Amino acid sequence: MTKYILNRLFHSALVMLTISFIVFFIMFKAGDPVELMLPPDATQQDVVDMRAALGLDKSFIVQYQKFLVNVSQGNLGNSFIYGQPALDIVFERMPATMELAVIAMILSILIGIPLGIISSIKPNSITSRIIMFFSLAGISVPVFWTGMILVLIFSVILGVLPSSGRGEVYLFTSAFTWDGIRHLIMPVVTLAVFQLALILRLTRTGMMEVLMQDYIKLAAAKGVPRKVIVYYHALKNTLIPLITIIGIQFGQLVAFTIVTETIFAWPGTGKLIIDSIQNLDRPIVVAYLLVISFIFVAINFMVDVLYTFVDPRVRV
Amino acid sequence: MKFKNELLTEYFEDKLAVVGLVVFTILAIFAIAPALFSYQNPYDLTQLYLENSFQAPNANYWLGTDEQGRDIFSAIMYGLRVSLYVGFASTILSVIIGFTLGLISGYYGGWVDTIIMRIADIQLSFPAILIALIIMALWGAGIGKIIIAITIVNWVYYARTARGVVLSEKEKDYAQSAKALGMSNFSIIFKEIMPNTTAPIIVIATVRIAVAIILEATLSFLGLGVPITEPSLGSLIANGYQVLFSGYWWTSVFPGIILMVLIISINLIGDRSRDIMNPRLKR
Repeated sequence: MTKYILNRLFHSALVMLTISFIVFFIMFKAGDPVELMLPPDATQQDVVDMRAALGLDKSFIVQYQKFLVNVSQGNLGNSFIYGQPALDIVFERMPATMELAVIAMILSILIGIPLGIISSIKPNSITSRIIMFFSLAGISVPVFWTGMILVLIFSVILGVLPSSGRGEVYLFTSAFTWDGIRHLIMPVVTLAVFQLALILRLTRTGMMEVLMQDYIKLAAAKGVPRKVIVYYHALKNTLIPLITIIGIQFGQLVAFTIVTETIFAWPGTGKLIIDSIQNLDRPIVVAYLLVISFIFVAINFMVDVLYTFVDPRVRV
Repeated sequence: MKFKNELLTEYFEDKLAVVGLVVFTILAIFAIAPALFSYQNPYDLTQLYLENSFQAPNANYWLGTDEQGRDIFSAIMYGLRVSLYVGFASTILSVIIGFTLGLISGYYGGWVDTIIMRIADIQLSFPAILIALIIMALWGAGIGKIIIAITIVNWVYYARTARGVVLSEKEKDYAQSAKALGMSNFSIIFKEIMPNTTAPIIVIATVRIAVAIILEATLSFLGLGVPITEPSLGSLIANGYQVLFSGYWWTSVFPGIILMVLIISINLIGDRSRDIMNPRLKR
């Protein structure tokens, strides 16, 4: 077990190293930022001096080494726009993003799994068909479109919900104030619709496959009540693969905050990255990519380890 | 494996799936020949009149006009064409690349397999939208660029599927006997094994076309996809969103509805094909 965890840890570290290389390579290829950093009236000599000061005149390998050393010290340079350390800005914006992703995920699980079970028990009933149609619509609707329609209905036409910003924040989240909750509703729903539909459909497919297995038939033949079969035996085995999917999907949610935050002007990392791409604020882009990659790698690692605890077959 | 006719009959047993197919066919016809159905060529500036700007839906302009007096109905026809073109082109490209790499990876195994699958693993641990976003941020908007960006994120799915099928197929008698008969690896992979991998690949490809179209629309919405001079449904929506708060809802809502209908129709087709071809769901 310890060996397995260490193995995964090593693998994760390797992935992070690869990513740092890719991110650096992209940055290297994107050309040099000096002209963006200097005032418009800078002379050619200024450019040369600054390049030397930043080490941009060195070879790729030397620059990459320096980059790695800086990263390990948490130094990713200052934002061109804000003038503060890029990493600090990303961390500062992170709670707003995580708040959206976590609440959306909880909502998707709490609604998606029960609906998935219902639609798997009697797949041809009217209820199941209605659920399935809406779930199909749910995975078919682009995130930005859901957000737009919500804004149109609730902000432009009805004027009952605010269309932008985070509202009043208490401690680290807006979920504790009434104003904050009003601001949260639309972004969270926008983000959750797709996940909810996806989790629902995966639960349903999983349940249907499990319910057809021999051991379920055996349990039924032995006289185990249908409810026990469905909610204990079948559900247990459906939930195991779901853990992996939910883990990976959480990463998706974090990525899709880029879209949601852009629509609702939510002051999180998603809006930050789009603004920074437009402003060519490279240190922020790099910091964001590294932090977000680290989150994904960490999620994958935790899912892998968790999986070995719940599914004895994986333990090798 | 059933005969093709039987599969088709089974497909038509599901009414919703038939509706999906019909709707998709209609939209595809619009996309193939938009000029036949549209009131104007929305990108020919000589046909646009500024005095017609921001007209609400009326008898002349069924779905209204945008800030340049462009007929939204016509713009949707042309937008459909771009969206479907990007969806299909990127899917075909990623099938070709992913399929080939997956076949090779599964058949040869060893270090070739390790390298291809490691890349796939790392890539799969990142959301496609993020990868595509970075690529587009680096390259800038453009139809050709977005097709390549979507191909880069999507080849993995086909590679994995093809590899999985090859791994189970290559041990089977027919592949082994082809080898014993002295057929070249190339022939075994592409003539013997490949036909057996097409069914799962087609099912995945159908669903992935929808994903590709959504991805393109999302990136265009963020301003990183297709340029506004040659808009897809996504860029039309983005363009209309800017004036949503001024009350000109038709410029974004109608393209959005068509996009949604398009995706749902493709997903209905994909769902049904998967159900038919998945033997595990058969009683």
